[in-house]
This record gives sequence, structure tokens and C-alpha cells, in this order.
Amino acid sequence: MKAWLALEDGLVFEGEGFGAEGETFGEVVFNTSLYGYQEILTDPSYKGQLVAMTYPHIGNYGINPEDEESFHPWVEGFIVRELSPVVSNYRSRESLGDYLKRHGKTGIEGIDTRRLVKHLRDFGAKKGVLSTVDGDPVSLVRKAAESPSIVGVDLVREVTCQKPYTYRETLPPGFEWGEAKTKNKVRRIVAIDGGIKFNILRKLHQHGFDVTVVPASMSAGDILQYRPDGLFLSNGPGDPSAVTYLVETVRKLIGKLPIFGICLGHQMLGLALGGTTSKLKFGHRGGNQPVKDLLTGRIEITSQNHGFVVDIGSLPKNEVEMTHVNLNDQTLEGLRHRKLPLFSVQYHPENSPGPHDSDYLFSRFYDLIEKNG
Amino acid sequence: MPKRTDIKKILIIGSGPIIIGQGCEFDYSGTQACKVLRQEGYEVVLVNSNPATIMTDPEMASRTYIEPLTVEFLEKIIDKERPDACLPTLGGQTGLNLAVKAHKKGIFKKYGVELIGAKYEAIERAENREQFKNTMQKIGLDLPRSAFAYSVEEAVEVADKIAYPVIVRPSYTLGGSGSGICTNRKELEETARTGIDFSMIHEVLIEESVIGWKEYELEVMRDCRDNFIVICSIENLDPMGVHTGDSITVAPAQTLTDKEYQRMRDAARKVISAIGVETGGSNIQFAVNPKDGRMVVIEMNPRVSRSSALASKATGFPIAKFAAKLAVGYTLDEISNDITRVTPASFEPSIDYCVVKIPRFAFEKFEGVDPRLTTQMKSVGEAMSIGRTFKEALQKGLRSLETKRFGLGGDGRDKLGGVMLRTRDAYEDFFRKARGDEEWKKELKRRLSVPMDERIFFIKYAMKSAWTDEEIHRASHIDPWFLAQIRQIVDMETELLGAHGSPARQKALLKKAKQYGFSDRQLAFYWDSTESKVRTLRKSCGVEAVFKVVDTCAAEFRAYTPYFYSTYEDEDETVPSDKPKIMILGGGPNRIGQGIEFDYCCVHAAFALKELGFETIMVNSNPETVSTDYDTSDKLYFEPLTLEDVLNICDREKPIGVIVQLGGQTPLNLVKGLVANGIPILGTSPESIDDAEDRDRFAKLLAKIGLKQAENGIARTFEEAFEIAEKIGYPLVIRPSYVLGGRAMEIVTDKTGLKKYMTHAVEASDEHPVLIDKFLDEATEVDVDLIGDGKTYVVGAVMEHIEEAGIHSGDSASVIPPYSLSPALVEEIKLKTKQLAAGLKIKGLMNVQYAIKDQTVYCLEVNPRASRTVPFVSKSIGVPLAKLAAKVMSGKTLDELGFVTERVAPKVTVKESVFPFVKFPGVDIILSPEMKSTGEVMGIDEDFPRAFYKSQEAAYAHLPAKGMIFISVKHSDKQKVVPIAKRYHELGYVIIATRGTAEVLMKNEIPCTIVLKLKEGQPNITDFIRHQEIKLIINTPSGKGPLADESTIRSMAVSFDIPCITTLKAAHAATLAIEAMRKHPATVECIQEHLKNDGGSRSQD
Repeated sequence: MKAWLALEDGLVFEGEGFGAEGETFGEVVFNTSLYGYQEILTDPSYKGQLVAMTYPHIGNYGINPEDEESFHPWVEGFIVRELSPVVSNYRSRESLGDYLKRHGKTGIEGIDTRRLVKHLRDFGAKKGVLSTVDGDPVSLVRKAAESPSIVGVDLVREVTCQKPYTYRETLPPGFEWGEAKTKNKVRRIVAIDGGIKFNILRKLHQHGFDVTVVPASMSAGDILQYRPDGLFLSNGPGDPSAVTYLVETVRKLIGKLPIFGICLGHQMLGLALGGTTSKLKFGHRGGNQPVKDLLTGRIEITSQNHGFVVDIGSLPKNEVEMTHVNLNDQTLEGLRHRKLPLFSVQYHPENSPGPHDSDYLFSRFYDLIEKNG
Repeated sequence: MPKRTDIKKILIIGSGPIIIGQGCEFDYSGTQACKVLRQEGYEVVLVNSNPATIMTDPEMASRTYIEPLTVEFLEKIIDKERPDACLPTLGGQTGLNLAVKAHKKGIFKKYGVELIGAKYEAIERAENREQFKNTMQKIGLDLPRSAFAYSVEEAVEVADKIAYPVIVRPSYTLGGSGSGICTNRKELEETARTGIDFSMIHEVLIEESVIGWKEYELEVMRDCRDNFIVICSIENLDPMGVHTGDSITVAPAQTLTDKEYQRMRDAARKVISAIGVETGGSNIQFAVNPKDGRMVVIEMNPRVSRSSALASKATGFPIAKFAAKLAVGYTLDEISNDITRVTPASFEPSIDYCVVKIPRFAFEKFEGVDPRLTTQMKSVGEAMSIGRTFKEALQKGLRSLETKRFGLGGDGRDKLGGVMLRTRDAYEDFFRKARGDEEWKKELKRRLSVPMDERIFFIKYAMKSAWTDEEIHRASHIDPWFLAQIRQIVDMETELLGAHGSPARQKALLKKAKQYGFSDRQLAFYWDSTESKVRTLRKSCGVEAVFKVVDTCAAEFRAYTPYFYSTYEDEDETVPSDKPKIMILGGGPNRIGQGIEFDYCCVHAAFALKELGFETIMVNSNPETVSTDYDTSDKLYFEPLTLEDVLNICDREKPIGVIVQLGGQTPLNLVKGLVANGIPILGTSPESIDDAEDRDRFAKLLAKIGLKQAENGIARTFEEAFEIAEKIGYPLVIRPSYVLGGRAMEIVTDKTGLKKYMTHAVEASDEHPVLIDKFLDEATEVDVDLIGDGKTYVVGAVMEHIEEAGIHSGDSASVIPPYSLSPALVEEIKLKTKQLAAGLKIKGLMNVQYAIKDQTVYCLEVNPRASRTVPFVSKSIGVPLAKLAAKVMSGKTLDELGFVTERVAPKVTVKESVFPFVKFPGVDIILSPEMKSTGEVMGIDEDFPRAFYKSQEAAYAHLPAKGMIFISVKHSDKQKVVPIAKRYHELGYVIIATRGTAEVLMKNEIPCTIVLKLKEGQPNITDFIRHQEIKLIINTPSGKGPLADESTIRSMAVSFDIPCITTLKAAHAATLAIEAMRKHPATVECIQEHLKNDGGSRSQD
């Protein structure tokens, strides 16, 4: 099965299709993680995106039930240099190709992914189309150009849960990591689901939280009805500035509850605190981003997945303090309020995929609640 | 944290001679460290006994000691230099062991020297098995079940508890020396015995076997603020059971999920913290059970290693350089990534290609060697290759090895059933017939289940013989993912074979075939075509190599370092400049006969040409080298050194010329092909190269200048060989033409020997005839290196060998200046060498070997290229010959360069060779025309005896000050040994000898005791060796073959670390050295001082 990938600015690749047949649109982005394609596929933050993996051999270890980060894959399409002809891992239950097909997702392989990545790096993330049905470059490029942009679009409502639920699963046996201090007391928190990953919930559970996940549209009043000890703001897809209702909710809860935000949650806090967000040229997606914790001087190798950032200069300096910075490009990676009990990071301390360097943030959240409880 | 200012002077310990398990990677790491520490303003004192290194160039360190790496000499250097700190983590296991010994002797404490990089306690925790085990258990990591033993009996007890198979690992050894896998008690007893002997502390670990498990390595770094990064993950294609140095390895790891990988990363972090490496790099090995994912820690090196060199080249992340910076107090975020310039070193490289490393073996050089791969390393070198996929990298890697293979078989070089399958018909025929053959099935099973050096080919053969991946996996335990990749190569080959005779199908397959790494040679084989025709077809279809950048970040950031590899994709990333470019072809993987010396020359060329303003382009495939450091040349192409790959780069870069005479025989073998493709060769012309290498043309040249040659002839058939032998008479030296390192070169004394030889010589070099020379018995051999510019010719140095002619020049000790030849004879040699050079119009370097017999000079051979001795000569006379040669090749004259008169070496220097026998138990250690040494050391001092003494110390052949020596010589040496034995007696040694030798000695009034031979009862000589009562052995071989007593004695001597001298000349030189040492203990001096005091003519540079 042939497949084509076309970008809005005219770049077209012809390769082999895998997974489902069809035509799918999205913002074309790349991820530099060497491992963890299954977690990437199922991360709701990839809603609206066609994801290219920079490492050429993908699918080697197949798909297994434990590495799912949500109930199904969210990427719009998957772009790889070479799909593995076999799977080799004792945990594998299914091949990547079969998995995508089962979920109706389209993939393309056999293209010069490095050329694509360099193009995105130099010219920025682009709208694109991945098709197994249309082989006409002119038509494809036109379709890509005419497809909706993710800027200004609220993608959160497409990935958030429909109704509240509790999640009490632990990390998979054999893969427990991080040291949760013995907690005196289980803390009840509400997590607003902007596209939350399972591993965040597992980590929260491990660190002594009892979590109720609620839809992103839930009002501040309804959240307070739960009488939670704290509020967690999850990751999620797309343009943060388009999720105005959630920013509004957060604004109302600031000062009322200790808050910890990750990724989109961090951006929600940034916006709620009066800051602005902007789009990065091609984003941070991978498991090797160096971040410095300005409070301890320690460097964490972090897992990241974001195309937008909170602008450092936009935050009121007397209220908000920068706590983490990205050492590659000096962008904002973490903040806290000087007086109010809230902090957030742009990256993913729950990793999955990625290094386990940032586990302390979950403890920090627990301690924050202890102190302000 | 900024760098430390409380230390000013840092001592770096190098790794000494190249040996198995310790290649030129430590020259690479040491050179990086020297450079960076000096840039940081530290005074660097370096000690390394190996002159063939860039690190020992006088410009690299402030003070460079080319002295033996022993505690005694280290103390002398420390006493003289009084450094503040010592960095022992960049000189391999040698450097680390030396530091440990010095620490234990209290030397660092005595002189107030601080160990940086890794503290003594950390080294101990990593290297001492018991401590390591305890530490791992404390942090909750799983290890294979194990216990220590200090005697064979104890070992048996432990093994019974653990259950066989078990692995024996001696503590404190090098490259896993003495370790082995035992499946029963008998094997265990044997292995435990050797292991206990090999261990510096006579300790072995008996361990649960994890053979067949998946094997991984992580290269990690940690700074003084506990920041931790993984540079690279490596997965071994050969599962547990084969030493990682002998395994085909792949970066990054291929078959781990993120959860499994992160678990390994977490473990690595715990390991480096618990061991306590606070500032630097380490390498940590893991085994994973493929059935359930159980992960165990295997070992940890608290230092820069061979794998870290590989990881550096595989990712572009310079581990050694950063390790040196961390050692002086920097943190990772304070160091910037050279490649991206804008990002810090505190990140984890991501790569968007696949890297394969393949070991290179030299079993053919060691008769009677056990070629099975075990936990003891046996390979002598390695090639690395980069491709966008594993398939491409694997096939590129196989052709990088320079074993005349051009990919994964199907290249006309598959030798099966004793027949070389030169044509596609023979190839297809073989597999058609072999399918149902039971014998073949057994052979496949054996070659898949017993790891040996060509197992990778047998995977393919099995597939072609209708084996399933499952069957192959069961036999080999190789991961199904790798097998599936190889299966794709095999399937593609089937398609390619099927496209024979169909140009349309060929064209359709071209791009995919190239993406799978197939070489034009392989395609030519499948299609009954030629390499050049395939190339033309390919280009006409627009299927051409593109070059991609190695950038540490998978293209996330722009890269500024031009480090390239080829692949077949859409986009090419090279940006050729307008500057005149010179391409330097490197030497490829290390092997016996072609090693670090040639890399040294190539690096010098890059430096020299940069000075002259040329853009330099380096091509090489050896990850251990300085030449493949991305800042050695302006552009680095990490590529196989085959005609196809080199032409691809030439097409892109269009260099004004290519330098082929510095990389050993590898580039010289490409000359014809390059010339045929219109690529200009710099330096000595291709015609002259042919003049020197073609026997007939060379004989004419010699006759013209009146230089004698041993009587000789060329044989292309058996009959011709016997005819020539009859004519010139035995003994004879025979060898194939166009070889390096005396490959398959032998002395034969009679017709039977000749017959035996002709059977395997034809195999050694089938495209070239066999050369037969009269052997000059007991002649003195001399080597001369010369530089010329086509008009002026200057001798670098005349080197006299200590061992007589007939022993490969690469294996003899040699001395500058000659110590026994008359000045008149030396002058004659120089004159003839210059005449030869003039005859060949040498532009660049040349090396000539002579034999002197009865005051007559015979020319043995001429090499119109840099020789192995160039670094030794350069360091002896203080003139960088390779640099000058590169400048000459680029058009400068020696006059312009200020080097027109010969330079007198200010001191006496002795080069001694170092051998790998300790890794090949049971192999006879006698020297022959077939080169066997892997490395070299240099002794430098005021006179010959002292320099010789140092060379022996440096080669770890310690000459005892007193004690018992054993003498046993061949019949023809019995009289000649008398005066030498007399000297030993006078020097106070107790002599024991076997009956024949003893009788002669006693007749000459030299007191000695008779010792029994092996079959004469007990106690015999082997008991004396076993109990190490003997301190020195003098044994000249009678040539009776490997089953004789003497051969057992010699190989035992190696196992028990007793120096064994096998020539009378060396035995004599040793007496001189011992006498000199008695008069005056050895002193140390840095080469900067040595060279300052000379009175010779000064050259520029």
C-alpha cells in the first residue's frame, strides 16, 4: 500500500502505508525519543498531530497492555523511517501495524524522515496530510494548506473525559520506580482532565493521593464540591489560549486550593496568573531535554511534549517566580507563586516515555498540601 | 561549579602498548584530555610508554614521559614533577591498575597527589568483585548468583552450589583475561587455575551462567553535583557469553521498551552513585533474560573505555573530553555541546541512524589458537559503521572490516565446503545442493551455536538453507529482531539474484538494495556484471549516495561539526566549500600489522595540511582512533575504505588529491581503482608504487643502483615454486605479494615445508603470486625510514633490529642509532636508501628493509609509504616526519620546510614489541616472519643498555635483578650461548638448563644444574615455572613444532608471567641492560628535555 505525506508548504513524500487506509490531517511534528512509541501514540496531547519519529527503527518491540497511556492512540497519523517486520519482546501482544489498523490510524514508512525533521526545524511545524488514497502531490498540498490549523482551536474538549471517575491503579509490577515517602495520610485531590496520561494518575496514586478525574469543563464550584485537598491540572493537546473556560476555572481556584500543573496544566496556570502563551517554532518533543531546577541547581533530563510555552516576561514578577528553565533554549519550564500554594512544570515528571529524573515534583505537591492543608 | 583552582599540575596516565582489550581508543581519550586540560590552563604531565600515539607528541602535554608504566617509574616521575593531581581514568585498565598499585604503595599520599576522576575507593568498589557485589546488593540490584574462590577446590565447591554452567571471572585483569565458561567440573578446574593465576589478587568469581541472555551496555556520565546522563545505549547482537569486545554491537538498543530502558537507566544511575564515580564517565553492562525481562548487572568500568570511544563516535558526544572537564570540577551544564554550539552537554544524545560495530580477529596468525569466542576477548580491532537502518549499517560494517568481504556475503567471497563460490552460479548451486544435506545441517548448527568470528555469515547461510528464524534463534540465542533484519537482507538478495539478465528489474531494485547496504560488488556478483558497470548503471538511474550528519540531536538543532556518513535517501547535507581540499585515507580497523602507527600518520597529515590552509577530509572506519575525532580534520567521513565508498565521497567533495601512503596497506590497495576513476593521487606516483611492489620492475631498479637482493623468484604454480627452490636452495622465505604484517610469510627449510606452505599460501592471496627468497641466515636486519620530495631525500633514521633477519620487522626490537654496525656500513645503507628513493622519485615517505650478512647489504623490501616505525623515528629524532610528508605531498619542498639534512637522534631509543600470547593459551610464542605483535613501546635513555632496559620494563618483561634463570637453546646455538651464559653467571644468576645445554655449559666451566624435561619425570622444568622459581627463560626455538617440550615451556612462561627471551641477541642485550642498571639505577626525563638538548640540525615544525 502506497502512502503520501504532504506539507502545506509543498514538501511531499511518497512511502509505504501501514496501519489503516485513509486520509488524515494534522500538524506535522517530530519526536526524538529512541524508545516509547506506544506511550507517544496514546498520549492525548498528540491529538491533532501527525507525529514523525526521528529514530528510524520503530515497532521493534510491538505493543503491550501496560504501556498504554490512555484508552487508545490519539495521534492523527504516524510517520516512521522503517516499521519493524517482527516484534521482539516478552511483553508484546500485538504488532504496531496491527494495532494502528485496529484503531483506524494511518502510518507511513520508508521516507527520509531526517529530511522532514530538518524541514520542520528550519521552517517550523506545518500542517500536513497523510494519505493512502490520494497520490497527487498538487491535490495533497492543497488539502494540507486548506486543512484547519491547530492554533486557536480547543482540542481539549475532544480528549477530556465525559464524566468524573477515580483511578487507583499502581505502576505495572516490575516497573515500579521512584521513592514515595511513607505518607501519613492519603490526600484527596481533583485532577482536571485536559488529556491526562495514565502514568500521571499512577504516580499521583503512588505518592499518596486519592484522585478524582473530572472533565475539563467542570466549573470551579463543582470542583470545590468535592472538598479536595488539592487540585491537579493535567497535560493536554493544542493551543492553550483556546481553552478559555479552563483558564477561567483555574483562575477561580487559585488561592483556594494547592495546585500542581503539568504541561497544558502549567500553561493554564500561566494564563490564569495573567501571562501569555506563544507557539514554539517546532516544539519540544522527546526524552532528552535538559531542565535546570533553579531552586536546587540540579539538572533533570526530562520528557517533553509541547508546542506552546508560557512567555517568561509576561508573568507578574512580584507574584510569580521562575523555578525551572530549559537549558537548550532558555524557555520557561516551571513556575511557582511567591505567596500562593501553586506550582507547575511544562515537562512531564511522570515521564512515560522518558527518564525518571523528576519524581520529586509529586512529593513537592504532597508537601505543599501538607503545609497548606 | 567552575573549574578547580587549587590544582595546577595534573598527571595523566596513558594506556601503554596496544594489546588485545586495549586498542587505540585510549590514545583518542588521552589526547582529548591533554588538549582540554591545557586549554583550561593546567600544566599536564603525561606518562605513556607507547610512542605511536598522538598523546605523546611533544605538543600535546607540557611534559611527556615516554617511560615504562610501572610503579617504580611512576614514582620517579611523580618525585620529579610533583603534580597536584593524577587522572587515571583515561588510560584504560592499565592506567587504572597502575594508579591502584601506586596508591597501595602509598605513593600518592607520600607526594601529596590527589586522584581525580575516580577516587581509589570508587575504583576498588567497581573492580573488586566482592565489593562490587556487596555494593549492588545494597542498592537492591540483581546480579547473577555467584561466590568467590581463591583455590581450585573452593571453586569446585561454589560451582556445585550454583549449578553448571558457570562463568569464571578473575578479579583485576585486563579485557577479561583468564575468564571462561565451564559446563563441567573438569573445565572448571582448568579455568579456575588459570584465572587465579591471572588475577592480580589471585581471586576468581564463580558465577551463574547467563549465557544466551540479551546483553546491553550504557555509557553514562556524572558530575560533582550528581547530574547524570546516559550518552548511549548499546545492544549486543551476540548474546551473553561472548565478550562485548568480540561481539557485534548495535547502538542504540533495539528491543527494549521505554519501561525496560528506563529501568536500566535508573539502575545505571544507582550504580555510578553507589560506586562513587563523582566526576567522569563509566560503562555499565547488563544482561536481560529475554523470557521474562529479568535484568542483572554484569559489570561496571569506572573509567573511559573502549565502549565509550565507540559511544562517542556513534553519537558525536565527546565523552573523554568532557570526562576530563568534569574531573577538574566543571558540571555538565557548564560545558557546551560543540556540535550544536547553542545547547549544553547536560542532555542525552538522540540519534536518527543505526550504528554497528564489528570486531576484527587475527586467528589466522596464531597456529593452534582456539577460535571460539568466549568471555575472554580475542579480537584485535574493530570497525564501526553508520547507516539509516541496521541492515545498511551491518553490510557497511562488514565491508569496513577489510577482510575482503563486501557485505553480508554474496560477494564472490563465500567459502563453503572448502570452495570459494566465485560466481553466482556456484553460489546458487551450493545452496540448492546443500538444502537436504545432513552434514551441512550439522555444520550450520555448530557454527550457529558455537560463537566464532564468522557466525553472522552463517545466519545468512542457514536462512538460504531454509532454516526458520525460530530454528536459528534456538541454536544461537540471537534476538529475533536481528534475525528478521538479516532475513530482509536475504530476501532482498533472492530478489536481486532473480533480476539477473533483466535490466528493468535491476533498475527497479537498485535504490532499495542500496538502502539495505548492498555494495556495487555484491550487485555485480548477482548480475554477472562488474563493480564499475553497476556504478555506471546506478548513477544513470540517479541512485547515488547522500551524506547525512552525525549531530547528537537527531536534527533537532543545527549541527556545526561536519561529521558525515553515507546512506541512500533524498537529501544530502554536505556543503562542499570552494577551498582546495585534500582527502586522507585512513587505515581502517586495527589488525596485526596495521594499527595505531598509521592513524598517527593520518592525524599528522590532517594537522599539517590544515596549517597550510587546505581543507582536510578524513575517511576512516575505526572508532578507536584520533583520526575519527570530529575536530581532527575539517570534515570527517565515517565510511568503509572501499573503492565504492571512497569514490562516492570524491564525487561529492572533488578533492584536489588523495593521500594514500599514510594509512598503511589499506589505501594503497585502492590506488589502481582511484586512478582508473581519474582521482589524483598525491605524493609518490602510482607508477612508482608499482615499481616498488612489482618484483620484476623492482629487481631492475636494484640492479641499476647496484644493490644486492637475496636470490629470488616468483611462483604462480606449485611446479614453479619447486623449480625456484631447487635453483636457489633452502632455507627460503616465502610470502604472497601485496600483504602487510608478513601475512602468511614463512621460512621453509625443505621440500615438505614448501609443499605444506603452498597449500595455504594460495588461500592467503589468490589474486597475487607467491614470492620466494633465499633466506639469509643469521643476518642483521635494518629498517630505514626516509622522506623525499622528488628531488631531495633525507633519511629519517636507520634502525638496527636486535633480533636477526627472518623475524618480522614489526616483531623485532629495534634501536636508533644502530649499535653494532660500523659507521661505514651505516653510511652505505643511507646512500643506497637515497638512491632507491631517487629511483622511485619518492614524494612523501618510504621505508626500506635490509639484511646485513658478512658485511654485505641486501635489500629485503621497499614500501613506498609510511611505515609502522614513523612515529618511533619521529619521536627519536624530534622531527614530525608524517607532517612533513603531508606537506611535501601537497607541493612543498623539503627545502621550503627546512628539513634537508639528517637529524641525529639526541638519545638512544629502543622500540620493543608487545604480543597477545597471554590471550591465546597454548599458542607458541616464537617469533617468525609472520607478524604477531599488537603494539609497541619505546625506551629512551643515554645509552643502549639503559634504553633497552626501559624498553623491556615498558613491555612488561621485567629483567630480574637476581635469581634463577633457565637456559635451553637449539643445537646450533649451543656454542654461541656459552659467552652469554657466562655473563649471567658472572652477574650472580643461578643457571638451570636441560641436559644438552647444561653439558655444553659445564664443559665451559659455567656452573649450572640440570633440570628434567617434561617427559623425563618430576620435578621437571614445568614445576619450576609453575612455582615461579625461575625468573627468566632463555630459549631459542628449534622449530620442532607446537607439540615439542619447548613450545609448552614458552607458553607456560606466558601464563605465569615469566619473561622469555627467544633469541641469543636479545639474551645478550639483556645482560648489558642488567649490568648498566647495577651501576646506575634508571632515571626519567621528559621528551621535551631530551629533544631540547640535541645538537643536530633543527627543522621547522
